[in-house]
Amino acid sequence: MKKLMTLLLMAFVCVGLHAQSKTDLPNVTIKNMDGKDVNIATLNNNGKPIVLTFWATWCGPCIKEHNALNDVYEDWQNETGVKIYAVSIDDSRSTAKVKPVVEGKGWEFEILLDVNSDLKRAMNVSNPPHTFLFDGNGKLVYQHTGYIEGSEEELYEEILKYAKKK
Amino acid sequence: MRKHILTTIALALGLGLTASAQSFLENSQVNGSFQTDAQYYMRDNGIDINDLYGKKMGINGFGKVNYTNGNFTAGMRFEAFLPEMNGFRQELNGVGLANFFASYDNGFIGMTVGDIYDQFGCGFVFRTYEEWSLGMDNALRGARVVLRPTQGVTLKGVYGRQRFFWYPYLERDMGAEEYRGIVRGVDAEWDLNQSIPAMNDTKFKMSVGGSFVSKKQEDMSLFYYIPENVGAAAGRIRLGYGNWAFSTEYAYKINDPSAINNFIYKEGRAILSSLSYSQKGFGAVLQVKRIDNMSFKSMYTGKQNDLDINFIPPINYTHTHSLPSMYTYSTQPNGEMAAQLQVNYTIPKGTALGGKYGTKLAFNFSQVNDIIRDSVIDHGNMVINKPGTLGYSSPFFGVSDHRFFRDINFEVDKKISQKWHLTAQYINLYYDIETIEGHAGAPVVQANIGFLDVTYKLNRKQSLRLELQGLWEKEVHAGYEYEESEKKDYQKRGDWAFALLEYTITPHWSFSIADKWNYGNPVEEYRDHYFTGTVSYTHEATRIMLTAGRQSEGVVCVGGVCRTVPASSGVMLTVSTAF
Repeated sequence: MKKLMTLLLMAFVCVGLHAQSKTDLPNVTIKNMDGKDVNIATLNNNGKPIVLTFWATWCGPCIKEHNALNDVYEDWQNETGVKIYAVSIDDSRSTAKVKPVVEGKGWEFEILLDVNSDLKRAMNVSNPPHTFLFDGNGKLVYQHTGYIEGSEEELYEEILKYAKKK
Repeated sequence: MRKHILTTIALALGLGLTASAQSFLENSQVNGSFQTDAQYYMRDNGIDINDLYGKKMGINGFGKVNYTNGNFTAGMRFEAFLPEMNGFRQELNGVGLANFFASYDNGFIGMTVGDIYDQFGCGFVFRTYEEWSLGMDNALRGARVVLRPTQGVTLKGVYGRQRFFWYPYLERDMGAEEYRGIVRGVDAEWDLNQSIPAMNDTKFKMSVGGSFVSKKQEDMSLFYYIPENVGAAAGRIRLGYGNWAFSTEYAYKINDPSAINNFIYKEGRAILSSLSYSQKGFGAVLQVKRIDNMSFKSMYTGKQNDLDINFIPPINYTHTHSLPSMYTYSTQPNGEMAAQLQVNYTIPKGTALGGKYGTKLAFNFSQVNDIIRDSVIDHGNMVINKPGTLGYSSPFFGVSDHRFFRDINFEVDKKISQKWHLTAQYINLYYDIETIEGHAGAPVVQANIGFLDVTYKLNRKQSLRLELQGLWEKEVHAGYEYEESEKKDYQKRGDWAFALLEYTITPHWSFSIADKWNYGNPVEEYRDHYFTGTVSYTHEATRIMLTAGRQSEGVVCVGGVCRTVPASSGVMLTVSTAF
């Protein structure tokens, strides 16, 4: 009986220990283009990697990066199941332009609006573009600032690494 | 028996504690970022930098650390300006803990104490934010409560005093000159789609919101009666139906005499409306804005951007290339009527004009004029904009003939093949330099600007990028003999040419050389070259960038990141990292 109790207690403690799985996705709520609240910590892609890229309508390199990503996004999705969230840090100067720009350029990513820079601050983004890669468990595995022609290839190599691991 | 029970309890407690300590540690997350920008200045008679005034170096640096554990977050930012780089406000000179906060948010209630960044609606009555590249920080030091009583409803309350460079926050430490008021505000937002189940997935979207903000300031003026409580209110609505979206916000502020509005006792008004239509491959947005006497500061003697409580968004197109961004519009809080239209269209892949990859087109028109100001009767006298009076009256829909700014631009972005990518833009600009930059008597800038940005991929890792830009200004005072005192107003006037060649190796290296040449300056001795060389190294979230040469005022984008820089000559080093 005592042993059983001890075992039970220990089992309980162990379960308690393992129930907490750590995610690096911050507990910050921003909006999507329909005005719906999205808590970043709850983003999940069924165990497949997630990419968060910070951009703005006024940021030239960001537009270049997104055009480049958009060209390969379908292939990447088919190969790895990766999901890209493009977080716009446009403030009230240009929030109204985000949707027309995204649609006008034909981007396929999920767009999130960080109007008050809450997520930008929580993730320590200084200058856009800044790209983060999370594995299927929400663990931050790679990040990169700036965009130079072809740097999406490096991102893809990283995605491949984590798409295989489940 | 008892011993066994005790052992079990002790064991369980011990394990439990270790477990909770361990889970506490497991849930703890620390992240942060660092950046240092250092500039070494050199004399350069060629561009009139004859004296450094004892300042050989400027260093701006910050370090920021955040700690998160579940619903709890705390953070701090340490800043050092030793001394500040040229072009930044001298009051920044100093070092210290500029920002700290602690917050708890469980989704239902969120509390923050310390330095707060937040905004209500578009910011017409309240917005605190931080922009490192501008040395701008108007954080509210105090407390904030956020309540989300039900899905789709958010209530906020803020209370505190704003950051003003390094001046102490406590009243008793401040002289009359730096006196700051207390800012308090409440905001409510109701998103019908999230709160009414039947509307969750409808095509029709709607949300409404409202805010009230007041400042309490002490009247220190010898000449005027300064109101000690100034309130401002705003209401907003956002509607959407399918591909259409409409939003508008209106704000009203009671009389608030200040150094910015010339101490008039007039109420302030602002409205911003946007209408947009978007579908895959096409997007258009039309915006109109009216601002009338809407400067709102927690110190009535404040100048420039000092202690702004609110934010008036400029709606014109933001250029990022060197020459197009040379004349950037800034909001006139005392009054402006603005409109802008932007259209984005992608010619589909596989069509004659679209080619293999599609062709992206963008058009933007934006214009800003002054509002109309009519005289008013104050104490039996007809007055207009006279300090200590009601100021003026202004018809709501009236647009003055005085144009501040106009920008008409057209852009083509085309990926031609795997190897070639081209972006080209034409801009027609009208810029009232007298109003926007305060150069009294300077003639208006009217210019045609064009650029071509071509990228050629040498192979998977290496590429070359060439930028060619030109700015052709309508002749200003041709053949005129300038007085010495007048010349300073012509520093960056006339025609410009710019070329940049960048060589990049992914994922780390970027090398570039650029020359910016004011070949058509009306003052002959100002026809200068601004030659620069830049090397940058990026490793994941770490960047090191070294630039040498002359820099004229403007925005520079190299290696994929943009920043604003003041005129100087010398060497600049930027190191930044995030973890």
